Amino acid sequence: MTSNNLKLNFGPQHPAAHGVMRLVMEMDGEVVVGLDPHIGLLHRGTEKLAEIKPFNHSIGYMDRMDYVSMMCCEHPYILAIEKLLDVTPPLRAQYIRVMFDEITRILNHLLWLGCHGLDIGAMALFLYCFREREDLLDCYEAVSGARMHATYYRPGGVYRDLPDSMPKYKANKYISEKKVKKLNYNRDGSLLDFIKDFTDRFPSHVDEYETLLTDNRIWKQRTVDIGIVTPERAIQLGFTGAMLRGSGIAWDLRRKQPYEVYNELDFKIPVGVNGDCYDRYLVRVEEMRQSNLIIQQCIKWLEDNPGPVMIDDNKLATPKRSSMKHDMESLIYHFKLFTEGYSVPEGNVYTAIEHPKGEFGVFLMSDGANKPYRLKIRAPSFPHLAAISEMSKGHMLADVVSIIGTLDVVFGEIDR
Amino acid sequence: MDNQTLINCLKDKLVGFDIQYSESNDSVTIEVNKTNIVEICKILKSESSLLFNMLIDVCAIDYLAYGDADWKTLDATNTGFSRAVKKTIIPDPDEHYDEKRFGIFYQLLSIENNIRLSISTFTGSDNPPTIDSVNGIWNSANWFEREAFDLMGIQFKGHPDLRRILTDYGFIGHPFRKDFPTNGNLEVIYDEDQEKVIYKPVSITTRPGVPRIIRKDK
Repeated sequence: MTSNNLKLNFGPQHPAAHGVMRLVMEMDGEVVVGLDPHIGLLHRGTEKLAEIKPFNHSIGYMDRMDYVSMMCCEHPYILAIEKLLDVTPPLRAQYIRVMFDEITRILNHLLWLGCHGLDIGAMALFLYCFREREDLLDCYEAVSGARMHATYYRPGGVYRDLPDSMPKYKANKYISEKKVKKLNYNRDGSLLDFIKDFTDRFPSHVDEYETLLTDNRIWKQRTVDIGIVTPERAIQLGFTGAMLRGSGIAWDLRRKQPYEVYNELDFKIPVGVNGDCYDRYLVRVEEMRQSNLIIQQCIKWLEDNPGPVMIDDNKLATPKRSSMKHDMESLIYHFKLFTEGYSVPEGNVYTAIEHPKGEFGVFLMSDGANKPYRLKIRAPSFPHLAAISEMSKGHMLADVVSIIGTLDVVFGEIDR
Repeated sequence: MDNQTLINCLKDKLVGFDIQYSESNDSVTIEVNKTNIVEICKILKSESSLLFNMLIDVCAIDYLAYGDADWKTLDATNTGFSRAVKKTIIPDPDEHYDEKRFGIFYQLLSIENNIRLSISTFTGSDNPPTIDSVNGIWNSANWFEREAFDLMGIQFKGHPDLRRILTDYGFIGHPFRKDFPTNGNLEVIYDEDQEKVIYKPVSITTRPGVPRIIRKDK
């Protein structure tokens, strides 16, 4: 007896596809026998656009790569430029970058957890996760003026020092004075005080998420033994980050190839055992706790060590507005920096950081001009999504949704 | 393992191949001949002192405009500033490429030994540019090579499924080549007479806001 397999389109517009992705699936009943992802629906040609712009103009494009972990995407691009220019940012700038990388990691994992939960039926979790995300986006806003696309990291440091005050809620006809006072309770001090208050609260919030999920029978039925990847296959398929650690390989660039000040900080690398969706869930939840500890260490250091956050080289850093008023050279530097930019010595470099999703790398080639000759972004989700067909075969249709969730894909960086 | 040890180790294991070793920006790059890329990669992956078991990235590069600047910076110019508007380069489908027109960079990682390595190679004068696929050695090469094929038009011999990946269905050309204009060749509009979406030649020219300037006097 023969049965006809059914071709099924999943997407391009599907709420569980985490963006615009089209999966062409071949189904035998409810079991997936073949799966072909069609990507590129969000292709903007960022790497090509970077070739016609001075180096600094593309930092903002990097935010739009993985648009749920913005500053982490700027980071390797900045590191690549710094490496070619051979400059080292001040220590305080490095601590600020690490702190915001970890804030970003929590941002990313909160969105992943909320959406992954929402996809497979844990509705309430989404609201809790977004409640905490709001506080962290306020940190982004306080430091850069933008809630998401910050453009905060610059070659040679960061755009500006951490602000001394937090923006406050104001009363209006919908929000009473009493409510405003409650909303502003942790906004009286500096940004660091605000983040400190967050890190004090956050572990108990993670406990809340875990009470909802970790021992939940339905959650386990939907994730345990789904999408198993052996360590050998994970390496072969180019997995990095939580996808690799979920399969039991303790590989983390923050520890193995430390950049910025990660070798000064104390944190642990969680690893999974079985390499299924449940283990990757546990790994990511533990990563949030570890990130919280890193942020606390950074806050302590930053409170004790004021100083510059940008190198003192006007070929890279904008001169102070006040010095431009009476100093000819500052005016010239300002003009050259904003009309022409800076030229980067000839050469090529590959830099990578431990992005919340895995290894986010930038291959940068310069021919000595004020624009990149070639920029290639190595997005972590790209090889992860390439493996979806292998991970899904033999699973039910509903499990494909779990697997998309556990891959933690964002199409901004896959399609670029 | 520091870079010099790595280079010595590589020289030891890769005897008999034509390889240039270089160390720049804290990383080691080997330039290999494209004909023995698969052989070399197999050795790099299996040799116990190297164990490059992960292919991190494949990046194709078009060297057509390498070193071209819009403005001269070293001597005076007879022609004045062209305001950065360049002539469109129209590719000839039958042309034979310069030996060093297309290059590929592979980024390798060894998890056991915690080392990285870049391999660079040129695809030579073939049109279309052709090279052997490394998909049989590292499965992660599958999509990376599809991307290089789509955006740069490089043919990977032995790739199981070499299709376009990022561009639209029915797209013509390879957009990351330097002779492909940033504005593209076609634009999509809704035609009211025909009552459908049609393609027509693009009506704007590429005009970069900031000219490309190479300064060597640093």
